[in-house]
Amino acid sequence: MEFETFKTAVLWTDYLIWFMVAIIVFFMLSLRKSPQNSEKWKAVFSTKLGMSTFIIILAYVGVALLDSIHFRKALPPVEGQTSTQVYYSNDVNSVLDLMLGEMGDNNERTYSAPFSLKSWNKENIKQSDGTTVRDYPELKHAGAHLEEGDGQAADILMQSLLALAKGLALALALIAVHRLWLKRRGTLNDLPWSTAWITFAIIIAFMTWLISLGNLYHVLGTDQAGNDTLYESLKGIRTGVLIGSLATIITLPFAIVFGISAGYFKGWVDDAVQYIYTTLSSIPSILLIAALVLLFQVWVDNNPGYFEVGLEKADGKFLALCFILGITSWASLCRLLRAETLKLSQLDYVQAAHAFGVSHLQILWKHILPNLSHIIMITFVLDFSGMVLAEAVLAYIGIGVDPAMASWGNMINLASTELSREPSIWWNLSGAFFLMFTLVLAVNLFSDLVNDAFNPKTRLETA
Amino acid sequence: MFAYIVRRLLYAVPILIGVNLLTFILFFIVNTPEDMARAHLGDKYVTEEAVQNWIADKGYDGPMFFNNEAPGVEKLTDTVFYDKSVKLFAFDFGQSDDGRDISSDIVDRMGPSLALAIPSFLIGVWVNICVALMVLMFRGSRLDKTTVAVFVGLMSISYLFYIIVGQYFIAKVSKLVPVSGFNDGLDGWRFLILPVVISVLAGIGSGARLYRTLFIEVSGQDFSRTARAKGVSETGVLFHHILPNAMLPILTGIVVVIPMLFMGSLVMESFFSIPGLGSYMLDSIRAQDFSIVRAMVFLGSVLYITGLILTDISYTWADPRVRLS
Repeated sequence: MEFETFKTAVLWTDYLIWFMVAIIVFFMLSLRKSPQNSEKWKAVFSTKLGMSTFIIILAYVGVALLDSIHFRKALPPVEGQTSTQVYYSNDVNSVLDLMLGEMGDNNERTYSAPFSLKSWNKENIKQSDGTTVRDYPELKHAGAHLEEGDGQAADILMQSLLALAKGLALALALIAVHRLWLKRRGTLNDLPWSTAWITFAIIIAFMTWLISLGNLYHVLGTDQAGNDTLYESLKGIRTGVLIGSLATIITLPFAIVFGISAGYFKGWVDDAVQYIYTTLSSIPSILLIAALVLLFQVWVDNNPGYFEVGLEKADGKFLALCFILGITSWASLCRLLRAETLKLSQLDYVQAAHAFGVSHLQILWKHILPNLSHIIMITFVLDFSGMVLAEAVLAYIGIGVDPAMASWGNMINLASTELSREPSIWWNLSGAFFLMFTLVLAVNLFSDLVNDAFNPKTRLETA
Repeated sequence: MFAYIVRRLLYAVPILIGVNLLTFILFFIVNTPEDMARAHLGDKYVTEEAVQNWIADKGYDGPMFFNNEAPGVEKLTDTVFYDKSVKLFAFDFGQSDDGRDISSDIVDRMGPSLALAIPSFLIGVWVNICVALMVLMFRGSRLDKTTVAVFVGLMSISYLFYIIVGQYFIAKVSKLVPVSGFNDGLDGWRFLILPVVISVLAGIGSGARLYRTLFIEVSGQDFSRTARAKGVSETGVLFHHILPNAMLPILTGIVVVIPMLFMGSLVMESFFSIPGLGSYMLDSIRAQDFSIVRAMVFLGSVLYITGLILTDISYTWADPRVRLS
C-alpha cells in the first residue's frame, strides 16, 4: 500500500490572507455590538442585490482561501535509495488543486480550442505505416474517455446534465440544512434568503460542472505552454483577491496612525504628515511603483538564498508588489481620516472627555476611532476593485505578478498578440476577463450599497 | 491673490526637494551604481573593470553628498547628488543611458502626447457631463437605475480589455482605421481617432457616474427646490441652477489633471505606437534606464503641484464666494 505523505508549505501571503480573514471577522463581530452599525449592515443585506453580490464575493474569497493552504507532496523513494530520508516535490500544491483533480496536470503541447479534441497547430505526425502526414495532432487529455464512434456533443451534454444534477443536489442539501437552522432560530424572514440560496445554488452547480467537465475536456482550451486555461483562470482568483485586499490592509496601520495623529494633535505633527503625503502623492504613482518593483527585483537577484522553491520567490515578489501598491495609495485614506478627525476632535463629547482628564490614547481609542471605522471600511471596499484592475495594467508594463504565479493580468496581457493570430485565440482573454469582471462588478455593486448605507449624503433623492 | 500664489509656489519647493531626495535615495543609495552597472552590462561574465568604467562614464563615481577633497563651494557641487539631482531644478535632465539628451527628447515627444491627451480629455469630460445630465432628467425612474448599473458594469471592465478588443474589432477586423502609428500634422487624425474613442468609452462608466452623484447632491439643495417651486422648467433648473453649482466639485477633479496631460498615457500610447511621453516612460522602465525615470518623476511632480495651484485659482473663478488669502 502506498502512503502519500506531504509537508505543509506555508507561503507568506498564506499567513497574511488568513490573518486578514481573522481581522475582518473580528471587525464584523465587534460591529454587531453597536446597534447603529448593525442597522446599517441590515440595510445592505436586506436588498436582493446586496445579498447576491455578497455571496459571489464570498465564493471568490472561499476559492482564494482553499488555494491558500499549500503543501508539497512527498516523492516516491528513488530506486536503490538506502536512507529513509523523504524528499519532497518542488511543486507546491494547494487544497484547491486537489479539488480540481487532474485539471492542473493535464498539459498539452500548445494551444487548443475549448472542447476541442485536436491541437490548434498542424504538426508532422508519423503514422503506423511509416509515412508522415501534416495534420492536427490529437490532444492527450481531452476526451480520452471517449470510445471510437462516440459522439462528442452527446457526451458533453450527458456529462453536463450529470454534473449539474450533482451540483444542484449538493446545493439543495446544504440549503435545506441552512433553512432548518434559520427556522429553529426564528430568523427565516429577516433577510432575502431565497436570493442568497439561488445565487449559492447557481455557483455550486456551475463549479461542479466546471470541475467535472474540466477533467474530461479542456473547457476553455489551453494556452501557449499547453496549460489548461480554465485551471489557470481559477488559480488567478487567489492572486486577484489577495492583491485587492492585501495592498490596502498592509498600509491601513500607516494611514490610520498618521491620519488620526495629524487631525488630533495638529501643529507640527499635522504639518509633517501633510508634507509626507503630499510629497508621495505628487510622484506619478506608476513611476514610483515601477521604480520600487525594479529595485526589489535587483534585491531578489542578489539574494537568491532567501527562497527555497520557485513559488516562494514568486510569492515574495508578490508580497512586495502588494506593499508597493499600498505605499502609493495610502495617501488618500490618510487625507480623509485627517479631515474627519479634525471635525470630530471639535465635538462636544471629545471636549468633555478632555475636561474630565481622559488621556489622549483613551480618547483616540474610545471616541475617535469608532467614529472613523465606516470611512476605513468604505475605502477598503472601494479600493479593492481598483487594485484588481490595476494588476492587469502593471502586467502590461512588465512590473506585475511573477509569471510563475497565475494571474488574470498576465493572461489578458498576452491576448493582444493571441487575438490577431489566425484563427484567433480568444479563450485565454475570455477566461481571465470573465472571472475578473464578475469579481470587480460584484465588489463595485456591493460597495455602492455599503456606501449608500453609511454615507447618507449620496443617497438618491427621489422626491 | 498674488501673495497667495507666491506662497503656494514657495510651499512647493520643500515638496520638490523631498521628491528629489526620495528618488536620489532610491536610485543611488538603495540601488547602488554598481547594481545599475551590473544590470546593464549583464549579471555574469563582467569584469570589475568594466563595471567601474561604466560607472565613471555615467558620472556616478564621485562622492554622494559631500566632497571633502574639493575646494570651497565645490565641496557641495562636485558630488553625484548635485550633478544628478539638484540640476533637475533647472530642468537640466542630462543624458539617457544610450547617450541622447533627455530634455530635447521630452520636448520632441510632448507634441504627440498632447495630440492624443487633449482631445481625449476634452471629449471625455464633455461626454461624461452630457450623459450625467441626461440621466439626471430621468432620476428615480427605471431607466436611471439601469443606466447606473450599466455605468458600474463599464467601470468593472479592465482598461486593457477596452484597448485590446477595440483595436481588434475596429482596426483589424473591420479595417476602418489604421491599427497603430502616428503622423504629424493634420493627416494624423486617422491614427488618433481610435485611441481617443477608446479612452472616452473606457472613462464613461466612472466619469458619468461621479458627475451624476455630484448633480444629485446639488439638485437636492434648497435653491433647486425653490427654482422648481417658482415654476422654472426642469431643463432651466438643470442648466441654470444645478450645472453652475456643481462646477466647483467638477473643477476640483479636472483642473488637477490638466497639467498631467503633458505626461501622456502610458498604456494607450504604447498600444497604438504613438511616440509620446507615455511610451517614453514605458520604454525607460522596460530598459531600466533610471536617468529617464528620474527626470520623469521630477517632471511629473512639478506638473502635479502646478495642478494643485491651478485648482485653487480656478475656485475663485467658478465660485465668487471663495477668496484666496
